[in-house]
Amino acid sequence: MARQIERDLHRFRNIVHGRVKHDLRKYITEGEMIGRTGGEYVSIPIPRIEIPEFRFGSRNSRGVGAGTGNEGQEIAQGPNPNGVGQAGDAPGDHIMEVEVSLTELAELMGEELQLPRIKPKGESTVEDLKDKYNSIRQTGPESLRHFKRTYKHALKRQISSGVYDSENPLIVPIREDRQYRSWTSVPKPRSAAVVIYLMDVSGSMTDDQKTLVRNQAFWIDTWIKSQFDGMQRRYLIHDTLASEVDEEAFYRTRESGGTHISSAYQLATDLIESHYPVSEWNIYIMQFSDGDNWGDDNQKCVDLLKKSLLPVVNQFAYVQVHSSYGAGEYMKLLKSEFGEDERLVLSEIRDRDSIMKSIRDVLGKGR
Amino acid sequence: MSWNNHRLTPELQHLQREIEVYAKSYGLDFYPTIFEVLNYDELSEIAALGGFPIRYPHWRFGMEYDQLSKGYRYGLQKIYEMVINNDPCYAYLLRCNAIVDQKLVMAHVYGHNDFFKNNQYFAHTNRKMMDEMANHGSRVRAIVDREGENAVESFLDCCLSVENLIDIHSPYMKSHKSAEVRYEELETVPGRLRSKSYMESFINPKDVLEAEAQRAQAERDRPRQFPENSQRDVLLFLLENAPLKPWQHTILSMIRDEAYYFAPQGQTKIMNEGWASYWHSTIMTRHCLDASELIDYAEHHAGTMAMTEDRLNPYKIGIELFRDIEYRWDQREPGQGMKKIFEVRRIHNDITFIDEFLTPEFCREHRLFSFGFNSESETYEIESREFPKIKEGLLMSLTNFGQPIVRVLDGNYMNRGELYLKHDTDCGIGLRLDFARLTLENLYRLWSRPVHIETVDGERSTLLSYDGQTHQETPLGPEPPPKPAKLFRRGG
Repeated sequence: MARQIERDLHRFRNIVHGRVKHDLRKYITEGEMIGRTGGEYVSIPIPRIEIPEFRFGSRNSRGVGAGTGNEGQEIAQGPNPNGVGQAGDAPGDHIMEVEVSLTELAELMGEELQLPRIKPKGESTVEDLKDKYNSIRQTGPESLRHFKRTYKHALKRQISSGVYDSENPLIVPIREDRQYRSWTSVPKPRSAAVVIYLMDVSGSMTDDQKTLVRNQAFWIDTWIKSQFDGMQRRYLIHDTLASEVDEEAFYRTRESGGTHISSAYQLATDLIESHYPVSEWNIYIMQFSDGDNWGDDNQKCVDLLKKSLLPVVNQFAYVQVHSSYGAGEYMKLLKSEFGEDERLVLSEIRDRDSIMKSIRDVLGKGR
Repeated sequence: MSWNNHRLTPELQHLQREIEVYAKSYGLDFYPTIFEVLNYDELSEIAALGGFPIRYPHWRFGMEYDQLSKGYRYGLQKIYEMVINNDPCYAYLLRCNAIVDQKLVMAHVYGHNDFFKNNQYFAHTNRKMMDEMANHGSRVRAIVDREGENAVESFLDCCLSVENLIDIHSPYMKSHKSAEVRYEELETVPGRLRSKSYMESFINPKDVLEAEAQRAQAERDRPRQFPENSQRDVLLFLLENAPLKPWQHTILSMIRDEAYYFAPQGQTKIMNEGWASYWHSTIMTRHCLDASELIDYAEHHAGTMAMTEDRLNPYKIGIELFRDIEYRWDQREPGQGMKKIFEVRRIHNDITFIDEFLTPEFCREHRLFSFGFNSESETYEIESREFPKIKEGLLMSLTNFGQPIVRVLDGNYMNRGELYLKHDTDCGIGLRLDFARLTLENLYRLWSRPVHIETVDGERSTLLSYDGQTHQETPLGPEPPPKPAKLFRRGG
């Protein structure tokens, strides 16, 4: 018998997922998940789920305690120090942490944003043979004997050979009647993805904007990861020169100087050529920028995109982050150059609330 | 679940026999005790299910389990002992505990076991509850198979939402007089007392008789109420009068049975834990403790007895009160103390225990104070160290084991079949409104007609209503004066 608690736990988890989904928008826009990830799970604080009952309001409650101290001395904070109105009426007096796996989280986000599933390209690239028990053979170990089929075979044989006696329906299988479960080898496509993040660190992006970027990148990672068997991430930063860094440095580095987006495009091209053969990898490029580029660099960028990057990627997303200096011209350039090219996605983040829309822009094509 | 590997090790079996002998030697009288040794995961499961290995399915148990097992994994909490009021009495030991802890728990368990068996408030509890709970489980599972998981689960949510609305005294009451008897009483000529003829005009003056007759007439003419008298067992009222389907009736009555089974444990928390602690302390320090275990024992005992400023520890208050009683009766007549505490454990519950035995000296010695909420600073503050205030505060928090008392006043309110409940606000504290509203929604699902509850909000009486769609709050009675004197009455 399965342990009762597992079933109860399962029901509880369902309820929790409902709550998390309900509040997902908040988690996405406020970036509450980041920093909570530990491997495969995120820990999410939600109000304790309680069965309501008639109980005393706590504000006026009195009680008895023990210890030193004089009359009038404070012993504990009230339930809702900043609140107005009836304290204790605010929901969420108690918080509990629940763990949700990243896969489940991606699932929830997919439902909430109605994201299409990504269909990995090059399905026949990396193959894995998997055995599936879905066929029948005449030989095999006794442990795999298919009783029902064996019985039917024996019955058919006995009836057709006239041995069957309906008064005394004794069925005795012989060697030829025996049927065994067996397997076939099914090729299973293994799909891998790489996401290359590009960011302009030439000074004009503030920390707030980088937080928005980081927040969005987390959700994009989570979704793409859930759609492939394996995922790698690479981080490239650039001003006039590009270099590869780790995730932390990607969000921290800040340099002054000019901007040559083409330097990053070139580095990404090299990276793909040397590490990620197009036949085996689903390649995504996410570029975050405030939209400023040096004018003489633009043509080079367009050429690189056209010739080297767009042909190899599943999708190239350009996300322009609004800065206090106003948005740069780069977005317009890409729009006019590539127009309706469906490999290229253009999106903008203005503030927290536009993250949801931007995620949908980037992932909404299911490429 | 296989219980084979949960048996005691030979060492623990030996300890159990030894401790049982000590317990008996003091006159403790208990059901046979079965200890099971569980690892933490199993203990968390049993604890989540309230100590019973098989119960009806519900997500709440899953949540409990999730919290318990996490608390243990992060090293935040640890369940020490769990013991079930049942014959035989089941108790659980944590496999990884040190021997000294197992001894402590065993001795503690014998205290509880004796208390379950002998305290009068447990006299009406089902001693085969282990079986009963499993039966409830299979009954609900069968219903789930027919009615579907979601329907049963949300109905259970509704039932659990009102499971505290029982009358803890009802198991001790003889059933109400039948309607016929009341009818007979009304028909007889009221008020006439037997008298000698010459005394007649003095003993039965005419005007008094007339007044009596009028009162009786008024009583006969009074429109009948439904229910006749206010009823504290709201669950029973629902069972008898709400339009429930048979399977719903089964589940609600099952929840009610379980609520009555658990109620005495809430009524005797201080005494029960105090009594068990008294005995683990006595048995350990006088008999069981090995010199090498002293420090560990002292630490764990002290940990169990520790009190924080804003919460009384029932273990501590309980054990100290029993010791105090023993001491005081020994002072009167040596040897009487032990006799007295055995008597106390038989006939008292927490309220009468505190009412009878809490003394000013005790409060001083244990530095008790009463606290209240200061709405200006939004903090809890020490209010008083005066004995009457402390006692009053304690009794108030124990009344109806800390739950609001709610009665059914009218099952046909406004002559529209609406349910009117009244929260007993003698103590001046109203209901928590957000919870009250959600509970009304659940009550509505059971009653199927609009539901109301009268309570206080701030200083003013108010009526919370729910008609299946919207909530309403209607102030009742006059506006209170701006600064009313606080009035606290003792509940009982």
